[in-house]
Amino acid sequence: MDRIRTADELKRLRDSIVAARDPSKPCIAVCGGTGCRALGAESVTAAFKEEIAGQGLEDKIDIRMTGCHGFCERGPLVVIFPETIFYHGATPDDVPEIVSETIVGEKVVERLLYEDPLTGQKIVHEPEVPFYKRQKRILMGKNGLIDPTRIEDYIALDGYQAAAKALLEMTPEEIIDTIKRSGLRGRGGAGFPTGRKWESCRRADGDVKYVICNADEGDPGAYQDRSLIEGNPHAILEGMIIGAYAIGAHEGFVYIRMEYPLAMHHLQLAIEQAEEYGLLGENILGSGFDFTVSIHRGAGAFVCGESSALMRSMAGFAGEPRAKHVHATEKGLWDRPTVLNNVKTWASVPHIISNGADWFAQMGTEKSKGTMVFSLVGKINNTGLVEVPMGITLRELIFDIGGGIPEGKRFKAVQTGGPSGGCIPESLLDLPVDYEKLTEAGSMMGSGGMIVMDENTCMVDVARYFSNFNRDESCGKCTACREGVARMQQILEEITHGRGREGDIEMLESLSQAIRDASLCALGRTAPNPVLTTIRYFRDEYEAHIRDKRCPAGICTDLIRYSIIPEKCTGCMVCLRNCPAEAISGEKQKVHVIDQDKCIRCGICREVCKFDAVKVE
Amino acid sequence: MEDMARIDAIIADYRGKTSGLTTILQHIQDEYNYLSPQAMERVAEKLGLPLSQVLHVATFYKAFSLEPRGKHLITVCLGTACHVRGGVRLVEQIERLLKVRAGETTPDRQFTLETVNCVGSCALGPVMIVDGEYYGKMIPSKVERVLKKYQ
Repeated sequence: MDRIRTADELKRLRDSIVAARDPSKPCIAVCGGTGCRALGAESVTAAFKEEIAGQGLEDKIDIRMTGCHGFCERGPLVVIFPETIFYHGATPDDVPEIVSETIVGEKVVERLLYEDPLTGQKIVHEPEVPFYKRQKRILMGKNGLIDPTRIEDYIALDGYQAAAKALLEMTPEEIIDTIKRSGLRGRGGAGFPTGRKWESCRRADGDVKYVICNADEGDPGAYQDRSLIEGNPHAILEGMIIGAYAIGAHEGFVYIRMEYPLAMHHLQLAIEQAEEYGLLGENILGSGFDFTVSIHRGAGAFVCGESSALMRSMAGFAGEPRAKHVHATEKGLWDRPTVLNNVKTWASVPHIISNGADWFAQMGTEKSKGTMVFSLVGKINNTGLVEVPMGITLRELIFDIGGGIPEGKRFKAVQTGGPSGGCIPESLLDLPVDYEKLTEAGSMMGSGGMIVMDENTCMVDVARYFSNFNRDESCGKCTACREGVARMQQILEEITHGRGREGDIEMLESLSQAIRDASLCALGRTAPNPVLTTIRYFRDEYEAHIRDKRCPAGICTDLIRYSIIPEKCTGCMVCLRNCPAEAISGEKQKVHVIDQDKCIRCGICREVCKFDAVKVE
Repeated sequence: MEDMARIDAIIADYRGKTSGLTTILQHIQDEYNYLSPQAMERVAEKLGLPLSQVLHVATFYKAFSLEPRGKHLITVCLGTACHVRGGVRLVEQIERLLKVRAGETTPDRQFTLETVNCVGSCALGPVMIVDGEYYGKMIPSKVERVLKKYQ
């Protein structure tokens, strides 16, 4: 491929890619996100290729493995363009039928269509599926359209046009002003205004400056950054080019979590292809601006998502945060002025440059503009990634888009903001989601993870889980965090084992205050949030554990017992055979009994029983 | 036992790069599956760093193992979504079957059991991964069958 030297050449390349395509030619897009791959998307794609070759249809149909479409619950997803016919749960066995019926015969395969659980109606087209209907997929939208391993797919959809506009038509000050007016705030969690960050870095003294993309997505239950890098890596590179030009940096880094091998692979390919086209490297698009990007693989430490720890880690040290009286925009990576932004922040930049600050600022709430990508996970029907304007209510997110709670169970709480966030109860479901409102509720935006919990989730156990997490991930530098969180975890462990004492709740509250006051970085300062919010909204559950030695949700193993309901037991021997502790006795067609002294409360008997004859209390 | 000439070559590849230490250790870990005392001493010596600094990095990050790992790596996701769907019970079941604790390797070096904070496959939770192969919507009673495939 030839280097693109001017904006005109970029436009001509786009036009030639588009012209070479026949818009009416069917294209089968198989979702290739990590979720769908785990469900078998690769064998579905292989089956399509084989079937198409077998029928001699290679020239008539395109097949493409795209990035994540977001509806992970129903994977592997197959979308047929141009009609956007949406099939879910496809297997290699379905492939011949899809090709002969839908592609050749132009008929839909009813059984693979999504059925609206409320109306029972079959839905044919992707945008009409309720999960997608309420979304505004600005960042995620292109994921389903492009093959992330081909830069041409991105260029065909006006990729790198924003970079061309920024580099050739705008001054750095104009770019910064546009970003400021758009109201874009950091999507990594804290929500610092991006334009202001860029401005202070531009003003900082020094010839050598850096930009970093923080892709160390550590919050459990959040995977939108991974999906964006996997599905549309060029959008992030394009954002970084614009940002680097605005602040005067010539080198950029993407710090990416080691658990994301596919994202790393796609990003590496994207960098190589952008370099070959001259969209990275020297004199980009004839602007005279030079910029390169390289990948830094994380080594597995949650705290490295914190900016100063990340920069320490990149320099080859243990990732310990430092005090921030001097900002990274003045002294960051290798003590040079540095702008660090989250994946979603960088990916928002090209859209703002192309469409203008006002377009972006009209979406969202007064102080939180634009869209946010959330991961809806846990006890929810439609697990997946959703992109919505800021300000949508939790109820709309969880019930209208997420489809509510499985098995007709009752919603109990939603956890936002990862280990720094908190649990928000049912009474606050109408809360509009933005940075300020979540903070007021004792939680935070974080990187957009939303873990939904139902009546069978024990909130004390959740608090213990997060304290455990924060204890393990504390870097150990600050005493309050290292010792305080460990002590908090111990108390919660005792409570969940039925050894809680009066005064424990008050002790947790007072420890929380000390940890907040005396920790250097956000990990420590926010570590009490999961504990404090569960105490604030679910105090009765703590009291049940402490006073009555009872776990109302039936989770804490020391406080529950499994038993067999004689009326329901058919004596089928399945539980008896599966019990790892040999705690179940009985004979064929006679009621079985669980020996409470031997029972280890693993719950396998309940899981394997086909007659619902095992109860937990 | 690793070949010291190979270790030296890895170190030479990253010479002069400021981020060297972590990256070198990652590279050695990738090739040998663990960091031996000899390898760490060599890195310290060649980079002119105190051994304590090398150990600090080697013990700080989860990517590094100071002991050889098993032939098969079992990773159980304990992200929040997997946790609320019963991920811990999977770990307990594997611990019972293999008679090791999370973080340990079986004496015959066949399996290493590890937990991870989130692999981002929340729709499939609880998830376990064996040698890169994903097993979604796992329940404890299915674990034995999965492990048999690798025994």
